[in-house]
Amino acid sequence: MRMLMRDTTMEDIALARATARRQARSRWIAHALLALGVLIFAFPIWITVVGSTHDVSTIGRGEVPLWFGGEGVANYVSAWLRGGSSLRTTGAVPAWLMLWNSLNMAVLIAVGKIAISLLSAYAVVFFAFPGRMVCFWLIFITLMLPVEVRIIPTFEVMVNLGLINSMAGLVVPLVASATATLLFRQFFLTIPDEYVEAAKIDGAGPLRFFKDVVLPLSVTNIAALFVILFIYGWNQYLWPLLIVSDKDLETVVVGMTKMIGTGDQQNEWNIIMATAVLAMLPPVLVVILMQRWFVKGLTETEK
Amino acid sequence: MATLSLSGIRKSFGQTEVLHGIELDVADGEMIVVVGASGCGKSTLLRIVAGLETPTSGTVRIDGRDVTKLEPADRDIAMVFQNYALYPHMSVFENMAYGLRIRGLPMVEIRKRVAEAAEMLEIGPLLERKPRQLSGGQRQRVAMGRAIVREPKLFLFDEPLSNLDAKLRVQMRAEIRRLQKRLGVTSLFVTHDQVEAMTLGDRLVVMHKGRAAQVASPMEVWGVPADTYVAGFIGSPAMNFLSATLVQGGGGAQLKAGPALPFADGPRPGEDGTKLVIGIRPEHVQHLPDGAGALPLAVDLVEPLGSETVIHGRLPGEEVLVARLPLAAGAIGEVLPVGLPPASWHVFSAEGARLPARATAPA
Repeated sequence: MRMLMRDTTMEDIALARATARRQARSRWIAHALLALGVLIFAFPIWITVVGSTHDVSTIGRGEVPLWFGGEGVANYVSAWLRGGSSLRTTGAVPAWLMLWNSLNMAVLIAVGKIAISLLSAYAVVFFAFPGRMVCFWLIFITLMLPVEVRIIPTFEVMVNLGLINSMAGLVVPLVASATATLLFRQFFLTIPDEYVEAAKIDGAGPLRFFKDVVLPLSVTNIAALFVILFIYGWNQYLWPLLIVSDKDLETVVVGMTKMIGTGDQQNEWNIIMATAVLAMLPPVLVVILMQRWFVKGLTETEK
Repeated sequence: MATLSLSGIRKSFGQTEVLHGIELDVADGEMIVVVGASGCGKSTLLRIVAGLETPTSGTVRIDGRDVTKLEPADRDIAMVFQNYALYPHMSVFENMAYGLRIRGLPMVEIRKRVAEAAEMLEIGPLLERKPRQLSGGQRQRVAMGRAIVREPKLFLFDEPLSNLDAKLRVQMRAEIRRLQKRLGVTSLFVTHDQVEAMTLGDRLVVMHKGRAAQVASPMEVWGVPADTYVAGFIGSPAMNFLSATLVQGGGGAQLKAGPALPFADGPRPGEDGTKLVIGIRPEHVQHLPDGAGALPLAVDLVEPLGSETVIHGRLPGEEVLVARLPLAAGAIGEVLPVGLPPASWHVFSAEGARLPARATAPA
């Protein structure tokens, strides 16, 4: 069949132009919406960052400055070394100590959770032992019991173990994780039985198989989970508030709120904001550093 | 190099028994192909030999040693899996070396063995690659290499060719055969593909519903099938089965489709009127253009293969017949005169067992 050809008319050109216009418009709308979203999310952070560079009286007067002041360096130095104080607390805790405590807690929680859930998921998936499904369901059911629900009995147990005011008391109750166990279980189920069998024929025992095959295959999942769990640990508020009264173990999220007084005394908002900015940095760093792995862990499988 | 001997192997999963007593003796260096439809228990049998399953009863002996209770690693075997089971995070070299490393071989020895196997399989340049960077055929070679470097007493193959495309499968099939002959390692090869079975095996084990229906050389399985299942399973297109009754004092059969013909190889035991099944392979059906003694075949499907034509049709009495004729003849609707020469018959009882001719044929 012969192709029918005709000259390009003005109508065709107008149609093409209209299409281009429509595409440009929808692109513009999409970007505008995105920009609006960024603005809504970023504005409070902007206020905080800017606020941390003014002197204490500016914000105390009720002003909300939108541009940097000149006290930035001084504020951060004093937040880092001295800390803010209010009436509720008897003394200020320097930010470096609180950050150090938070970092310890968050890393220990993340590593502990990953270690325990890796091993329990490994047991539940690869071993046939009596009561395997019972174990799995027991772990699963604890999903319904977050820290807040079992906080009184947990506190009691920690008191009896003498773990009040210790890093162990801070970390241990948060370490068991049904979510991570479940995640690893789902991932392990996708590992073909053939690998297990090949390993058996190669003569690899269970721990060897775990170390040589399961762990390397789980690396991206572990990285993704580490990011999530680190931030989870970093943001813990209720439990540290309850279990720790020693200032030397104050975590930054709790310590920051303790800086805010009841109104009898002027709050050092500049220092509080500087501390808030400092408290934001480690999670941001973790996300940035592990982003590549994180995304890979969520989207890719190495099979 | 070793012998393998299975006796009384039974296996039940819960209430269902999937293997009903398998007996098998494999000679040193022999290649045995276990063939059967899916669900016949052939993979279970292989896994029992490998030690990945424990038999409910029976013993597995490798080189005369009872290994029934041993772990797979202690049996001195190597297995090639259907999906190759190459560890995805390890390079080809690491995959091949892994088993040797666990056994604590010195690195020099490991390197030597891997290099030899790689050269034999022509995968030398791929040693640093990861499995996902390899094609299906290359992965297959690596899986073979992993088995070879172990220098085992026994090779076990679990349908290793089923994931390859047709052309590669033929090529790898020949290669496996050549390699096995060269290394002389006793092998057990499981497949559902009858062509693979016929071309690879020194002997075949045709499995049917958890039993070894026949253990024999490929040509024997093809030429003297033990029952209708084996007869129908081996050969393509499958053998035709026609119902018949014994007549002439056991000397011949009355086909339901038509004539009574005498057996070519002698009479069968039994009373006249006993129900029989006469099997004839499609390639043995003859085209008789002159019509003498021919049966009318009403053609309802024609499949030209180039050099020959497969013709599906019906004989009188609604008996289905497939013929493979060396000509480009036949059209749908046509009635083709065909002959069923008794010399090519396989005579089975109504239950399906082969009925051999009586040893003392009357003169």
